[in-house]
Amino acid sequence: MTTPAVTASSVSKSFAVKGGSVSALEGIDLEVAAGEFVSLIGPSGCGKSTLLRLIADLDQPTSGTVTVFGKTARQARIDQNYGIAFQQAGLLAWRTVGQNIELPLELHRVAKPTRRARVAELLDLVGLTDFADRYPEQLSGGMQQRVAIARSLAESPELLLMDEPFGALDEMTRERMQNELVRIKHETGAAVVFVTHSIPEAVFLSDRVVVMSPRPGRIQEVVPVRLGATGERDENLREATNFFSTVRAVREALHGVPVAESAARGVDIR
Amino acid sequence: MTRRRGVRPVLFGIAGIMLLGVVWEVYKALGPVKGVVINGLTVLPRTDDQSMPHLLTMVTRLGEPVLAEPGSLPLWQVVATSAGFTLGLAAISWLIGVVVGMLLAVLMQRFRTAESALLPWVILSQTVPIIALAPLVSGVGSQVRFGDAVWQDWMSVVVIASYLAFFPVSIGALRGLEAPERAAVELMHTYAVGWWTTLLRLRLPAAVPYLIPALRLGAASAVIGTVVAEVSIGLEGGVGRMMIEFASGSSGDPGKPWAPIFGAILIGLIAAGIVALLGTALKKYRRGEIAA
Repeated sequence: MTTPAVTASSVSKSFAVKGGSVSALEGIDLEVAAGEFVSLIGPSGCGKSTLLRLIADLDQPTSGTVTVFGKTARQARIDQNYGIAFQQAGLLAWRTVGQNIELPLELHRVAKPTRRARVAELLDLVGLTDFADRYPEQLSGGMQQRVAIARSLAESPELLLMDEPFGALDEMTRERMQNELVRIKHETGAAVVFVTHSIPEAVFLSDRVVVMSPRPGRIQEVVPVRLGATGERDENLREATNFFSTVRAVREALHGVPVAESAARGVDIR
Repeated sequence: MTRRRGVRPVLFGIAGIMLLGVVWEVYKALGPVKGVVINGLTVLPRTDDQSMPHLLTMVTRLGEPVLAEPGSLPLWQVVATSAGFTLGLAAISWLIGVVVGMLLAVLMQRFRTAESALLPWVILSQTVPIIALAPLVSGVGSQVRFGDAVWQDWMSVVVIASYLAFFPVSIGALRGLEAPERAAVELMHTYAVGWWTTLLRLRLPAAVPYLIPALRLGAASAVIGTVVAEVSIGLEGGVGRMMIEFASGSSGDPGKPWAPIFGAILIGLIAAGIVALLGTALKKYRRGEIAA
C-alpha cells in the first residue's frame, strides 16, 4: 500500500487570545490517500482553513501529529512536497505571468532551460500561453487565479493544497475554473485538499467531502462522492440526479438534520 | 498621446511660476509703499525696490559681477559654484540618510521589539530643532579624531542634514517592507526560503512604490538641512552662508540676495530630478497593486 498523502491523527489546535485560548480544532483524524481529492467544508469558524494551514506547516498543531507523505509537515514543506494556492492569488505585481509561475523554480535554483520548458508547459496547462508576458494587473481575477494554480503546480507536487481558491470569483468563472481543475487534477494525478464554502463545488470536485462543524472545529461526517472518477466529470454532471442527491447528503450532514429535497438545491451555505 | 501627457504638466508648471511672477509685480505696482499694517503688524510687505525688487532686477543682477572691483566674476557663476558645493554636501547627506533609514526600517521589520523600541525615538528625533543640534554636533565633532584626520565643519553639516534625511526614508521604507499581502509572505514561507531571500525577492521590490516618495522627501530634507546647517554651523562655501552675507551686505543692491535663493531652488530641483530618474529606472516595480 502506498504512503497516504496526508495523515492527521488526534490533531488539536488552539489559539491564544486575551484571557485564555480558543480551540479551533479538536480531535481531528483524517487520511488523504495519494491521488485522492478531498474537500473540507463547513461554516465559518469550523477550522477548515486552520487544518489546511497545519498540513502546509504555516501553523503547528497544539497536540497530535500531521504527516505528509510519511514525513513531518515541516520536513514536507522543506522538501517542497506540496503546492499551495490561496483565495488571494498573491501574484507579484512586478513579475510577468511567466515570471510569477517561474518564481518557485527560480528560488530553488532550477536550471534556466528546465525552467523555461516547465513554464511553457504550465502556461499551456492553464491556457495562458498568450499571456506569458502580461503583468498580473492586466488580467481578470479568474486568470490571476489560474496563474496562481499554475505556480502551485510548478514543481510537480504530489499534493495540492487549496484554500478557497475560487472564493473571490463570480459563479460563471467559478464553474469554468472547477472544470479546469478537474482536468488538471486528472493530468497531474496529484492528491488535493480543497477548502471551500460551496457544497456543489465540493461535490463536483471531490472523491470525499469532509463536513466540519464549528466551535470547536470537528469532523462531523465524511461523505463519499460516488460519481465516477474525478477525471471523468464534466459539465453534464452538474445536472445529474445523483449529483443532487450527494449535494443533499452533504447539506444534511452540515445541518445535522434531513432537509427537504427542494432546499437541497440551494447551493451555497454562506 | 504619451507626448501630450508629458507636455501638459510642464506647461502647467510654467504657468504656475508665471502666475507667481505676475502676482509679485502687480502687488509691487499697486500695493502701498509702507506695506499693509494692521494693529502694528505688517501683514503684507513693503513695496519699495529694496524690499521687493523687480523680477527683471533679480535676473539681470545674475549677469553682473559680484563686486564692483575689476576682475570680479559674474554673480551667477559665484552662486553656481556655491550651489554645487551645497548640492555635494546634500548628496552625501542624502546617501547617508538613505542607508541609515533603510537599515533602521529593515531592523524594525525584522524584529517587532526593535519596531516598538525604535519607532518612538525615530519620530521624537525629528522634534529636535536643528538650531539646537548645530552647536552640539560641532562640539562633539571637535573632540573626535580619526588618526591624523580632524573633524571638519562640513562633516557637522552632513551629520545634521542626514539626521533630517533619514526620517522619511525609514518611515516610508518600513511601510513598504510591510506592504506585501499575507498570502505572498506565506507563499515564501511555503517555498522554505529564509528571511533574507524574502527580503530581496518580495519585501524590497514591494517597497519601491513607498520608497520613491520617501526618497524624494529625504532629498528635500537633505537640501533644507544642508542649507540651514551651513548657516548655523557657519560653514563657508555654500549657498546657506551666502544668503546671510548677501542679505546683510547689499543695501542699494536689492537684486543680489535673491541670487543664492535661486541657487537653493536649483539644488532642490536637481535633487528632485535625480530621484525622479531613479523612479523611472525602477518603473517595473511601481505597477499598481493587484486587484485580486
